[in-house]
Amino acid sequence: MTQDPLLAGLAALATDAPDGLLDRIAARWVTAPGPLGEVSVAFTDQGISYVHLGDGFAAAFRARAGRPLLPADRPPAGLVPALRTGRSSGIALDLRGLSDFQRDVLLAARTIPRGEVRPYAWVAARVGRPKAVRAVGAALGANPVPLLVPCHRVTRSDGVAGDYVFGATAKERLLLAEGVDLDALRGLARERVFYLASDTTGVVCFPTCHNARRITSAHRHGFRSLAQAQEAGYRPCRTCKPALAA
Amino acid sequence: MAGQACNRIRAGGVLPGVSDIDCLDPVRKALLDDLDEGFAELFGVYRGVVFSTALRLSGRWADAEDLTAETFLRAYRAMAGYERDRIAALQPRAWLLTILLNIWRNCARAKSRKPPPDLREEPVDTVDPRESVEDAAARRETGDELAELLGMLPDEQRAAVVLKHVVDLPVSEIARVLRIPQGTVKSHVSRGLKRLRTLGGAP
Repeated sequence: MTQDPLLAGLAALATDAPDGLLDRIAARWVTAPGPLGEVSVAFTDQGISYVHLGDGFAAAFRARAGRPLLPADRPPAGLVPALRTGRSSGIALDLRGLSDFQRDVLLAARTIPRGEVRPYAWVAARVGRPKAVRAVGAALGANPVPLLVPCHRVTRSDGVAGDYVFGATAKERLLLAEGVDLDALRGLARERVFYLASDTTGVVCFPTCHNARRITSAHRHGFRSLAQAQEAGYRPCRTCKPALAA
Repeated sequence: MAGQACNRIRAGGVLPGVSDIDCLDPVRKALLDDLDEGFAELFGVYRGVVFSTALRLSGRWADAEDLTAETFLRAYRAMAGYERDRIAALQPRAWLLTILLNIWRNCARAKSRKPPPDLREEPVDTVDPRESVEDAAARRETGDELAELLGMLPDEQRAAVVLKHVVDLPVSEIARVLRIPQGTVKSHVSRGLKRLRTLGGAP
């Protein structure tokens, strides 16, 4: 039987799939040490998509992402130091499947430096929806990548840490470990002080802004509202941007 | 013994229960053991056939990657909601190709509805980016031309020819994938081949 060249040609058109294709479909997972204990982390070729503390990681991921989850050989670059230091701005995240609003909220929360906190209203203003304060709370509560998007740094303005994906106690513990003086914040809030200004620089900040923490007590002035501070001749800090949530 | 039981199952008479798992092929067994590890097995076994079909249907490397990824993703999501019996009864290859064909038809339909010639789009590439220059040159003399001719066939003929002669499926399975009678499969294949011979100028 002679081989038909057309059929041989067609058979030769079969080819194997490129090697990286599985990683476009499946997510990988690792465990890594975190500030609240070991976390399970899922990531795709786009970045980290899910951080979970405690049991039920695989089931929770499956319900959320609908992707196969396979073990990884090693953690993605930068994950371990980001969890250790709380500085995670360089790490790639896979936030597909979230709404635009939720993604904006997470990216805004991501800009809050370690050791500082911002009110929910500040995040709302930052994403251009100043009235959506409660929706911001809900979006942060559903944060799929806690610790890497530091939603624990968004707190109530009365100095109470507020709710958290991993529980309110965990939130306080994290903030204390990052050097946020929650007692001092609560003390200020009791006196109705939500902004601190320096009469040497003429600048008014959120109390945890690194600029505010440098003000010596002799030069420190507290304000209840930003309007009062501005009336007294202070300009809003350009680092912590309190004007956003005035 | 086990072989007989398996034959019985393949003949379609009995749905395998949990005790019959040993009779199943390794892929379905792995899927029943653990959906995620089983998925890796499923992908490993069928990635070639799904990707080859996708590539020769769409004619573009990038589209083939998208189609393949989407096919396996949908398969996983479907299986996550299936009972064990349903997974045990799956014919993975025909099932995956059915999903692929559905996605491909829907994409083709969506494209034909609004065909905006996007000028920013990258040039058509049918080339494996990892391929060396020599390999590409060798392939161009044979496969590339034929792949282009395949693209000139009507959709149903191309699908039948690709499934029959590129990935070597039996006619009965093609009939199941394309949801048409076996006779129609054969006529699509023979008309497709005839057309290819005419287009290629072969005797």
